[in-house]
Amino acid sequence: MADTTLSSSRGIDLEAGAASRKRLISRIIIYGLLTLFALFYIGPLFVVVVNSFRPLQEISANGLLSLPQSLHLSAWPQAWGEFCIGGQCAGMQRYFWNSDHDGGPGDHHSTALGAINGYVLSKWKFPGSEIIFGMMLLGVFMPGQIALLPWAFLLGKLGLANSVYGLILVHCIQGLAFTTLFCRNYFIGIPDDLVKAARIDGAGFWRIFYKIILPISPPILIVTVIWQFTGIWNEYLFGVVLNSGANQPITAALVALSMSGTTVRSYDVMSAAVLIGALPPLLVYFFGGKYFVRGLTQGAIK
Amino acid sequence: MSTATYSTAVAGSTSFAEKLKKWVPIFVIAPSILASFIYVFVFAGWTFYISLSDSTLLPTYGFRGLENYISLWNNRRWGVAYSNLFFFSFFYVFAAMAVGLLLALLIDQKIRAESFWRTMYMYPLAVSFIVTGTVWQWLYNPTAGIQFLVNSLGWTDFEFALTTDRKNAIWAIIITGVWQSAGFTMALFLAGLRSVDGDIIKAASIDGASTFRIYRKVILPSITPIFLAVAVVQLQAAIKTFDLAVALTNSGPGISTTFPATYVYDLMFQRGEIGEGAAAAMMILAALAVVLVPYSLYLTWRRRKESGRG
Repeated sequence: MADTTLSSSRGIDLEAGAASRKRLISRIIIYGLLTLFALFYIGPLFVVVVNSFRPLQEISANGLLSLPQSLHLSAWPQAWGEFCIGGQCAGMQRYFWNSDHDGGPGDHHSTALGAINGYVLSKWKFPGSEIIFGMMLLGVFMPGQIALLPWAFLLGKLGLANSVYGLILVHCIQGLAFTTLFCRNYFIGIPDDLVKAARIDGAGFWRIFYKIILPISPPILIVTVIWQFTGIWNEYLFGVVLNSGANQPITAALVALSMSGTTVRSYDVMSAAVLIGALPPLLVYFFGGKYFVRGLTQGAIK
Repeated sequence: MSTATYSTAVAGSTSFAEKLKKWVPIFVIAPSILASFIYVFVFAGWTFYISLSDSTLLPTYGFRGLENYISLWNNRRWGVAYSNLFFFSFFYVFAAMAVGLLLALLIDQKIRAESFWRTMYMYPLAVSFIVTGTVWQWLYNPTAGIQFLVNSLGWTDFEFALTTDRKNAIWAIIITGVWQSAGFTMALFLAGLRSVDGDIIKAASIDGASTFRIYRKVILPSITPIFLAVAVVQLQAAIKTFDLAVALTNSGPGISTTFPATYVYDLMFQRGEIGEGAAAAMMILAALAVVLVPYSLYLTWRRRKESGRG
């Protein structure tokens, strides 16, 4: 800047230079590590996407981990509609729709019930409601293995054995603990005075729910819906135990698919099938990531 | 308007209607309470009873005492299952926490495009263990995956065949499990790092402490509860390990990657040993209780201490 200050600021400049060099090195290390991990993370997804567009001969010759030399689109329609899984040659579509029919209502019912439960347990507490909440919370930690035999027995009695409706019921009740937990913890942050004032004005239970609670609940409802949808879509244990054949969800079909390849594995079609199974929750994640992550962290800490 | 007409209409039969209104919340929640009660207590109780019974292919109710448990613990495969569980839990929880913490610390350095990096590390959480397991199984396949690639690049002696190697197959499950869940521990750690009081950090940096020192002496010690929470969450996930083991190795080669949860499935639905399978399921519940009961007691204790102080 000015000549007079030049000499005196020399020392500081040198020091600043060293500091900025040090900072540059640390930045390089930080971004280098971030990139390495990013490659490690994106790698498998990249491999599946690429292989779903490569001809099988090319995969057999060059392995799964090589760059594509030609584009080949037929794996996708094959995976969707023709490929043989467990003796049935109708592709993934059937199982995809099973998971969809399971995930939709299972998601909707358990979220609606969870919202009402959370509303009661936070704004209409009654003697023993805390104990009841504690009991419902235990459901969060129940290992599925404990419930396998009882569910099989109960669904048999109800005439819902080996049906998508049976799975919907299972996922609804299993999810109730989570949805109630999410909603209750959110509603507890809504000032009680708001509810009290409405009650003095003569509003009843449902009116307060619809006019006060629901309008400020979209954030938690989105979290809950996403949590339940991805959870149900990705669930495997109940799907494989309680249902068989054409009534299984997509996760069970994927396992059957990858176990069935005894001689030549059709990696091209299998890649497309895996992506069909992964796409719905991935789309939810990429579009509603914020809510997805919030659900994960809230579900964990409590 | 509608409120007014509503209340005048009710006013006639005050006592009964008012009483009824009081019960609305309880009526509304009653079905959920019943369902949860059945799900948590009746189901667990029923499975417990089956574990004491002489059930084989179908549930029967002849009482056998602890015989199913005794035969389970004498079973070699159960021995493999629980030693696998210990081995897996230790390395999986440790590595998932280490990688997650490293990622959280990296992301906490005021980096550009933070949400891009976070999205990258967390996308596996959205997909199922079945999808992850299937794809990683291909990568581990020596004739198509990583080994094939390195061999074809010229290093012909290179061997990386975890899933076909009895001794090391469990490492395949550990690596893949960490890949799937490190993003989750990262998110929890990051939330913890961000919750540390900024003034303390500022004070430390004015005192001339280096970034490294600030993390070691100020930030990390103040998030020890997060470490514990993450460890507990991951540990209970490890105890329930099922999908990943099925999709990656299907308990193989041989029985080398049997886990308690996969063994329950095997006993109940492949061998028709429902009684012993129920006993194994009860052991999983017991393992979860061993982790979760002390932890929730600790949480209650800590909360009480904090509220006592405040």
